[in-house]
Amino acid sequence: MNLATWAQEAAQQRRQRERRTQNVLITPAVFWLIVFFLLPLSIVLVYSFMQDDPGGGVIPILNIENYVNLLNPDYFLIFWQSFNMAIANTLICLLISYPVAYFITRRPPRTRALLMMLVIVPFWTNFLVRTYAWKVVLGANGIISSSLMAIGLIDRPLRLLYTQTAVMIGLVYSYLPFMLLPIYANLEKFDHTLMEAAHDSGADNFWAFVRVMLPLSRPGIIAGSVLTFIPSISAYILSTILGGGKFFMLGDLITREFTTYRDWPFASAISITLMVMVSIGVFIYFRLTTEAERL
Amino acid sequence: MSTVEQIGQLPASTKTGPTLASGRLRLLLIGVVCLLVSLLRFAGDFGFIKYTLQALFFAGLIFVVLGLIPNRKTPALPIAVVLAYVFLYAPILVLVIYSFNASRNNANWTGFTLSWYEDLLKGGAALALSDTSSASMQVGLFQYVRNSLIVAFSAMLISTVIGTLVALGMERYRFKLRSALDVVLYLPIIIPDVAMGIAMAVFFNLAFKILNRFIGIDAALGFPTIIISHVAFNISFVSVVVRARLAGMDPALEEAAYDSGANEWQTFRRIILPLIAPGIIGGALLAFTLSLDDYVITFFTAGVGTSTLPIYVFGLVRFSVTPAINALSTLMMLFSMIIVTLSLAMQRR
Repeated sequence: MNLATWAQEAAQQRRQRERRTQNVLITPAVFWLIVFFLLPLSIVLVYSFMQDDPGGGVIPILNIENYVNLLNPDYFLIFWQSFNMAIANTLICLLISYPVAYFITRRPPRTRALLMMLVIVPFWTNFLVRTYAWKVVLGANGIISSSLMAIGLIDRPLRLLYTQTAVMIGLVYSYLPFMLLPIYANLEKFDHTLMEAAHDSGADNFWAFVRVMLPLSRPGIIAGSVLTFIPSISAYILSTILGGGKFFMLGDLITREFTTYRDWPFASAISITLMVMVSIGVFIYFRLTTEAERL
Repeated sequence: MSTVEQIGQLPASTKTGPTLASGRLRLLLIGVVCLLVSLLRFAGDFGFIKYTLQALFFAGLIFVVLGLIPNRKTPALPIAVVLAYVFLYAPILVLVIYSFNASRNNANWTGFTLSWYEDLLKGGAALALSDTSSASMQVGLFQYVRNSLIVAFSAMLISTVIGTLVALGMERYRFKLRSALDVVLYLPIIIPDVAMGIAMAVFFNLAFKILNRFIGIDAALGFPTIIISHVAFNISFVSVVVRARLAGMDPALEEAAYDSGANEWQTFRRIILPLIAPGIIGGALLAFTLSLDDYVITFFTAGVGTSTLPIYVFGLVRFSVTPAINALSTLMMLFSMIIVTLSLAMQRR
């Protein structure tokens, strides 16, 4: 046997061994994700084109009625409302995050780490607990209402809880870090001598900000906006707890159709539409950012 | 176009005379007035004017922020930042403080007490929505905590093993459909949880029907279905954390091991595993917290008697605010803080 064939065989054996290891490594995850994730999603997709069986389950007759039904004003309103809330949430988070992120990046490194940590800490707590905390604050017996009454500004409890405002506050509170982190990551790399250069060229703070800092922080703003918009359009528990069932968002609609009315095909159709909306968001995110800018 | 060129092209007006920015105080003032007027919303029902006031609120917010554009001479920015931190911490502090309030009514502080915590430890009697705290309610809380721990531990163990394996496979090997697997691994992270919840519910429903018809097994929702669903989303989170750790590892160490005659298993056991252990533990703790905190997916996959703590808590917080719930929430917050701190400490090593 000459050296060349021996080397070839050795290489082949090595490749085979590697393929075996590789299979051991990825097969469990591939199996689990296909059977317990992709398959369930495919069933939802198929169900969304079927007819509702009032007795529970579906009747396998293909139709697009469920999607047409989404255009019904009642349902469309909920879509529209969720979309508006998500956009408003994104804007408010941006307005709060940008100055805060800027302020943090101007601190010395140690303070910076501490301040960022403080932003994330509340986010670690259970989602339900965090949302419930606002219920304690906003309620008719809550601290805002009772303090305003104590100093005599109002004479009966405010109706803050179970309003659109309450849901809005909850959204901002829950998704603020999604906006703050990317903007902070971007502004941290910002070269502040550029602002000085702008000042030297005669620009005051406002124009230096609008013409220099804002365009350069665009990737952070885009990343933050998409990362905030995606979860807020599908926010669900929050609107139930703070909206008190009076203020509906898409997640609530899906759950109601699925559990209360047991209209699985329609719930599936809403769910698929929601996933498409989220995918568009993700697509925009990947199109507008380079790999280095992503989190 | 470079930034320096952009500066050269600034509008003439910025270089001389009064500008928008020099009217910062004016902007701030206008913003505050807008915000104050928009507060009228709460004074009563004005019909359609409501929306005008809402728009005014947003406009006010924008004016205020524009007015706060950084300027070293004004303390406006630090004040805004302090307000933002107050916004982040006030509700949590209020919740914790009121959990020590003697009064049943959240509004008035009537004195310090630990009685709500005592009640909790005695079995959650005071958590009953009505005051008729039955024996079943007392068993309740601990039952839910136990269920949550069973689910979180099992989901953590399975997803940590699978997630770590796939992280190794993704970082060390190039194979067909690797980029497809990459996308699929990210999907559970971005997909809305309510969409995944109903997907799991219809899947198990169909699977049980098939099992019943063709094999004659009667299966029902329970711990296995919750754990399977939790593992499905946890694999992704574990693999992200472990992959980050692997990517930061010096490949020379691995090559050195092979050159010294170690085989694949020895290299893994003696070199890779110790190096990525902090990542694995961090990923495991993340999986544990995510599983422990999950409400939505558990809601759709839990069966009779297998409800977890978040499901119980949701039932409580949906319609009521009581000091006992405050106490329970405080304990839950404390617990998550401990776990996450551990997780971060692990990942930093």
